[in-house]
Amino acid sequence: MNPAQLPRSSFWNDTGKSGITAWIFSIDHKRIGLLYLFTTFSFFLVGVILGLLLRIELMAPGRTIMGAQTYNALFTVHGVVMIFLFILPGFPGAFGNLVMPIQIGARDVAFPRLNLLSWWLYVTGAAIVLTSLFTGGGPPDTGWTFYVPFSTRTVTNVTLAVFGVFVIGFSAILTGLNFVTTIHRLRAEGMTWGKLPLFVWSLYATAWVQILATPILAITLVLVMAERLLGTGLFDPGRGGDPLMYQHLFWIYSHPAVYIMILPAMGVISDIIPVFARKPVFGYKMIAFSSLAIAAAGSLVWGHHMFTSGMSDTAVLVFSFLTFIVAIPSAIKVFNWVATLYKGSISLEAPMLFALSFILLFSIGGLSGLILGAAATDVHVHDTHFVVGHFHYVMFGGTGFAFFGAMHYWLPKFYGRRYAEKPALVAWALMFTGFNILYFTMQVLGMQGMPRRYYDYLPEFSSLNLAATVGSWILAAGMVIMLVNLFRGLLKGEPAGNNPWGGATLEWTISSPPPTENFAAEPVVTHGPYDFSKTGAP
Amino acid sequence: MSNTEHHDYFGAKLGMWLFLFTELLLFGGLFLLYAVYFKRYPEEFAAGGRQLDWVLGTVNTLILLTSSLFAAMAVTAVQRSEQRRSMALIGGTVLCAAGFLVIKYVEWSAKISHGIYPGAERLKSGDPGESVFFGLYYLTTGLHGLHVLIGGILLVWIAVKVKNGAVTADNGILLENGALYWHLVDLIWIFIFPLYYLML
Ligand code: HEM
Repeated sequence: MNPAQLPRSSFWNDTGKSGITAWIFSIDHKRIGLLYLFTTFSFFLVGVILGLLLRIELMAPGRTIMGAQTYNALFTVHGVVMIFLFILPGFPGAFGNLVMPIQIGARDVAFPRLNLLSWWLYVTGAAIVLTSLFTGGGPPDTGWTFYVPFSTRTVTNVTLAVFGVFVIGFSAILTGLNFVTTIHRLRAEGMTWGKLPLFVWSLYATAWVQILATPILAITLVLVMAERLLGTGLFDPGRGGDPLMYQHLFWIYSHPAVYIMILPAMGVISDIIPVFARKPVFGYKMIAFSSLAIAAAGSLVWGHHMFTSGMSDTAVLVFSFLTFIVAIPSAIKVFNWVATLYKGSISLEAPMLFALSFILLFSIGGLSGLILGAAATDVHVHDTHFVVGHFHYVMFGGTGFAFFGAMHYWLPKFYGRRYAEKPALVAWALMFTGFNILYFTMQVLGMQGMPRRYYDYLPEFSSLNLAATVGSWILAAGMVIMLVNLFRGLLKGEPAGNNPWGGATLEWTISSPPPTENFAAEPVVTHGPYDFSKTGAP
Repeated sequence: MSNTEHHDYFGAKLGMWLFLFTELLLFGGLFLLYAVYFKRYPEEFAAGGRQLDWVLGTVNTLILLTSSLFAAMAVTAVQRSEQRRSMALIGGTVLCAAGFLVIKYVEWSAKISHGIYPGAERLKSGDPGESVFFGLYYLTTGLHGLHVLIGGILLVWIAVKVKNGAVTADNGILLENGALYWHLVDLIWIFIFPLYYLML
């Protein structure tokens, strides 16, 4: 096919059905993927607006635009939206669905109808969470962690919000078991485990974490609801319960959950970097294996969120030690990416810039994580803005930037059109600059002792806080440019052609946008995912 | 294409087993709490256990074991293309499920009439260990009861499918998975029963 033309028919139109119901009841993985992309990304934008409001409040000491209670509610909703409505379902739901089946040479996922059900559960859960903001005692104000005893006593609408999150958890479990089954059963002929693209490997590890960890979150949330509705008192020290048990149960889920957030991002980066360095990835086996190692070791380190909770000293030591172990597979990945770049012929297009900034931002986030993972230093910076800076570096600088990278890398495939390159670079530069001004400042503030989750602070923190807020505006400006550019390009831009970047994975062998059945005939895989000798240069 | 979802028997089984794992982990959270609190309040847990009716508990265990037997036999019946027999056996399983829930209802009502239920004054002002024991008891058996109910409904739906000829000897995965789910419900009870009713 002439690369300068769009194919006449694709999954956008070849079923002859394009009304809204043909989308929200579609069982095609590409349509479901786009549904996920639009819903999760809309929530991301909502979260960003809330974050910007938080930053405006912190622009100057004292009350700026809101009082204490509003601030408490806003950071809670910001956290809940970002974590449960965007980042956890976002990557597997959107790009996992869009790309993974094609990358393994399959027609669809193993259980397409279950896949649709997952999306519906997600939307239902999200609707319940949104309802909780406007009904009952008003938006929850507990922080996204729903810690007892406050979460069982506050009059705000925690019960409903928790129930919404419970429903979303169900959706995550179904996605997880769907993906594991798909990757085991539906690989095309010749697609051995050693030829799987690294994005698929990372989704495989992610899916296992979703399966193994989410049920614990579910039962924990059920317990919070039971405390509130029935008064079981299982976490109430006055009645024989132990609030610490809540923290254990919560983090048994929620720490592995941060690997649900970061692993797919690492997978995208492992796919992007070799393509733009035009070199086979360095240490394929180690990158694949380290995903599994992160998933496994990451399940044993939840206690590092609880160093100051009054847990026993032995437990603190053990958890601290295990936490350092997780750093090893993460570092393996970073070294391998850097080694892939070495002597590559690097082309700095938008996806690559996001990938490179991922490496830097994730490293900053990861290394500051070690400061928190070491019990002795953690005691000083626990619950300060240092922590806020740390997890934004990992979740936003890491997963968020990887998500943007994935949008620039893969969306031309699914829309068949390209965005303009220059505005994409400007947007990236603004976001990268703004991001660091915003969050590096927060880490410094934390070191100086500014606690998190307060709407007010001592006057000596003023100037840095102002700087952080200005950083958040630069970041937001970059994001606006990025979105406008993506949107315009995907709708009206130049046709992308089948393989705009010269990738060697299977999705680049079919037309852009792909037809509903993906491959005209079942592909037979003969070369590895990063073997560029077989693909023409772009 | 051969690698689509249709009739991938092994794939459907794999998916179901993964789902069963998640169910085990769900209850695992409650068993974890049980373990921690049992270590803290061994005597109160034993005293609480003595207040439960072990006769009814035993009867319910037997009922569930029988129901699992029926479920397994229903699977075999379909494999031999004996649709009617299979439907009757599924009916037997569902009846057992109903019987189980009725007995549970009787047990719960008796306890509630003695003022033992979550949030009750007696538990609030009484011994903390007792409060924890019964809090866990109600949550665990309640969640399990909910699973019995869901499993029962699921089996009725599958029986209809058997009747319509949608479940056959060649394509019996739906019933097999339904039976697997039912065995899981049974299995969880096998753990709940000794932990709550037979503590010395
Ligand atoms: C422009 C973007 C963003 C801005 C300006 C922003 C800003 C903030 C601020 C000011 C806080 C509260 C600090 C405190 O007082 O404790 C916060 C908390 C938080 N943010 Fe963001 N954020 C942004 C994006 C994100 C993203 C992309 C994520 C995750 C994917 C995220 C996740 C969280 C979480 C989990 C919390 C903690 C909430 C809690 O304490 O319960 N944020 N953010």
